[in-house]
Amino acid sequence: MPETTIISSRLAGFWRKLLDGLVRYTLTILLALGLFGVILLISGRNPLHSYRDMLVHTMGSAYGFSEVLVAMTPMLLTALAVALPSRLILINVGVEGQLYMGACFATWAALTFPHLPAYVLLPLMAFVGMLGGALWAFIPGYLKARGIVNETITTLLLNSVAPKIVSFFIFGFWHSPMDTDKTANFVPAARLPTFFGTRIDLSLFIGLALLVVFWWFVKYTRWGLEMRAIGGNPQAARRNGIPVSTYLVVGMCVGGAIAGLAGMAQVSGYYGLLLANFSRGIGYMGFLISWLSFGDPLGILLMSFVVAVIFTGGNLLQLTQGLPFAAINLLLALTLFVVLARPQFSGFIRRKTA
Amino acid sequence: MSLLAILGVISSAIFSGTSLLYTTLGEVITERSGIVNLGLEGVMLVSASSGFAVTYLTGNPYLGVLTAMLIGGLMNMILGYLVVTRGGNQLACGLALMFFGFGLSALIGKPYVGAKIQGLPRILLPGLEHLPRLYTSLFQFDILIYLTIPTAFLVWWLLYRTRWGLGLRAVGESADTAFASGRNPWRLRYQALFVGGLLAGLGAAHLSIAYAMNWTEYMTGGRGFIAVALVIFSKWHPLRAIVGALLFSGAVAFQLLLQASGFKVSPFLLDTIPYFLTLLVLMIWGGTRRYAAPASLGRVYHGTE
Repeated sequence: MPETTIISSRLAGFWRKLLDGLVRYTLTILLALGLFGVILLISGRNPLHSYRDMLVHTMGSAYGFSEVLVAMTPMLLTALAVALPSRLILINVGVEGQLYMGACFATWAALTFPHLPAYVLLPLMAFVGMLGGALWAFIPGYLKARGIVNETITTLLLNSVAPKIVSFFIFGFWHSPMDTDKTANFVPAARLPTFFGTRIDLSLFIGLALLVVFWWFVKYTRWGLEMRAIGGNPQAARRNGIPVSTYLVVGMCVGGAIAGLAGMAQVSGYYGLLLANFSRGIGYMGFLISWLSFGDPLGILLMSFVVAVIFTGGNLLQLTQGLPFAAINLLLALTLFVVLARPQFSGFIRRKTA
Repeated sequence: MSLLAILGVISSAIFSGTSLLYTTLGEVITERSGIVNLGLEGVMLVSASSGFAVTYLTGNPYLGVLTAMLIGGLMNMILGYLVVTRGGNQLACGLALMFFGFGLSALIGKPYVGAKIQGLPRILLPGLEHLPRLYTSLFQFDILIYLTIPTAFLVWWLLYRTRWGLGLRAVGESADTAFASGRNPWRLRYQALFVGGLLAGLGAAHLSIAYAMNWTEYMTGGRGFIAVALVIFSKWHPLRAIVGALLFSGAVAFQLLLQASGFKVSPFLLDTIPYFLTLLVLMIWGGTRRYAAPASLGRVYHGTE
C-alpha cells in the first residue's frame, strides 16, 4: 500500500523534525541558563534557587501560567507583523512604531466614543488601531516599492517618531487630571473581555487564530503562492505579471495593521489606559522572535512562549533575589545569542521550509 | 528674551550633543565596514554604568572614561563574534545586544543609583576670562567636548587618508573584492567594531561621567537609535555627522528657546523634526550613488567558496 507508506514516512519525518527541534531548543536554553547562572553567581546569587523559583512561579501554578500567556500575547502579534512582510523579503523593523500608532488611534476611539456599547466600540477600536499601524507602515512600504529608500532605514526612523507622537497627545490633551503621563482608565466598554478570572484577554485568542490564518494563507492561497514567488525572485515574479509593488505596499500595510492591533490590545486589554513609552521594546522582541523562527507559525508560538516564561520569571527574581527587573533581559539576550550563533543549523532548516 | 538665556540654551545643546557625536562617529566606522549595530543603545548603557561605577570607586573620572571606552569595545566584540564569525543576521544580533545591554547595565549600575561623583573637570573656553561670572559659567566645558571636532577629523583622516581606512571602506563596499586584493574582511570588521565601540563608550562616558554625573536605568533614552539615524542623515561621512549632531541637539535647544520665550509648541512634536528631516534627506539623495550606503552593509561574508 503505497499511500500508507507515504503517510508513515511523512509522519516519521515529522517526528524526527519535532525531536530535532526539541533537542535543539533544550540545548539552547540549557546553555543560556548556564551562562546566566555564571552571571548570577558573580553577582552573589544562587542560580539554582533562582531557577527553581522561576520555574515554580511560571509553570507551577495556574495563575503563574496564565501570566505567561498574558506576556506571550503581544509577542505573538508583533512577531506575526514581522513574519508576514518577511515573506516578501521586507524587513519590518518598525513594529515598535506601528504598535504605538495602533495604540494611539485606538485610544482616540476609546476616548471619543465612551458611550458606545462594547460590541460596537471594541471592533471600532480594533479597526482604527489597525488603520493607525497600517498608515505608519504605508510610508516605508510605499518608499520601498518605488525604490526610493530601503524599508529598514525608514521603519527604524519612524520607530523613534511614533512614541513622541503618542507623548504629544497624552501630555497635551489626553492625560488624566491626576497624572501627566497617562490617560484616565478606559470605560469598561472599551476593555477587551478577560477569561478564567485571570488577566488573559481576548487578544490571546485573536493572536492564536491569526497564526492559523497566516499558516493557511501562506500555504494554501494564491496570494501566498505569489508572495513566495516574489520572495524567491522579484524580477521573475514581475515578468510573470505579478504586481510586485502592490504586494510590497500591501504586505507592509498588513504587517503594520497587525502591529496596530497589538497596540490596541495592549491599551484595551493589558493596561486599560494609554501610558507614555509603554512598550519598552515589545516590537523589537517581535522582530527577534519572527527572525529566530524564520516566520514559521509554530516556531513563533514556541519562541513567544519561551520569551514569555523568561519575562514572567524576571518579575519573581526581582522579588526574591533583589535583582533589578531589567536584569532578566540578560537571560533573554543570552538565549538569543546562543540561537543566533548557530546559523549553519538554521540555514539548513530555512532551505527546507522555503 | 535675554542673551544669557540664548547662550544657556546653546551651552546645554553642546552638552547634550557631545555623546551623540561620539557615538555617531563610532557607528560611521562600523557601518563603513559593512556592519549595522542596532545594539548601540545597549553598548552605551553598559559603558555608561561601568564607567560611572569605576569613577565612583576610584574617584578618578579619567579612569572611568577609559573603562567606558574599553567596555564599549568589548561589547561590540560580542556583536563581532555573532555577525562576523558566526554569520548571524546583523539586525537581529544587534537587537539582542541591545537587550543584553539593558540587563547588564541594570545589574552593574544597581548599587550606584543615587551615588554622587566628581565628574570630569570643566575648563573655561580660552579667551573668555574677562566675561562676567554668569556668562563664563556657561562656557565651562569638559575635555571631551573640546575633543569632539578633532575626533571627527581624526575619524575622517582614518577613513579617507590611511591604508587601513581604504581597506575598511573597500570591505564595506564589496568584501569579495577586498578579499581578492589581499585584505582580510573578518579582521577589518572586528577592528572597525572595536574602534566603533571605543567611540560609543566615549559618548556614553560623557553622558554619565561628565554631563548627568549620575546613573539611572535606561539613561541613554534612545541615543543609540538617534546615532543610527544620524549616520544615515550624514550619509556615512564623519564630517557631515557634526552637522547632524548639531541638528539633533539643536532641536532640543530650539524647543528650550521657544519655551523660554513663551511659545506654546509641544516639545514632543519638535523632537520629531530631525527624524522627518532625515527622511527628507534620504528621499532627496536616495538614488544618487555618491551618497549611497556602503554596498555590502548588512551582508554576511562567508569567504570564497
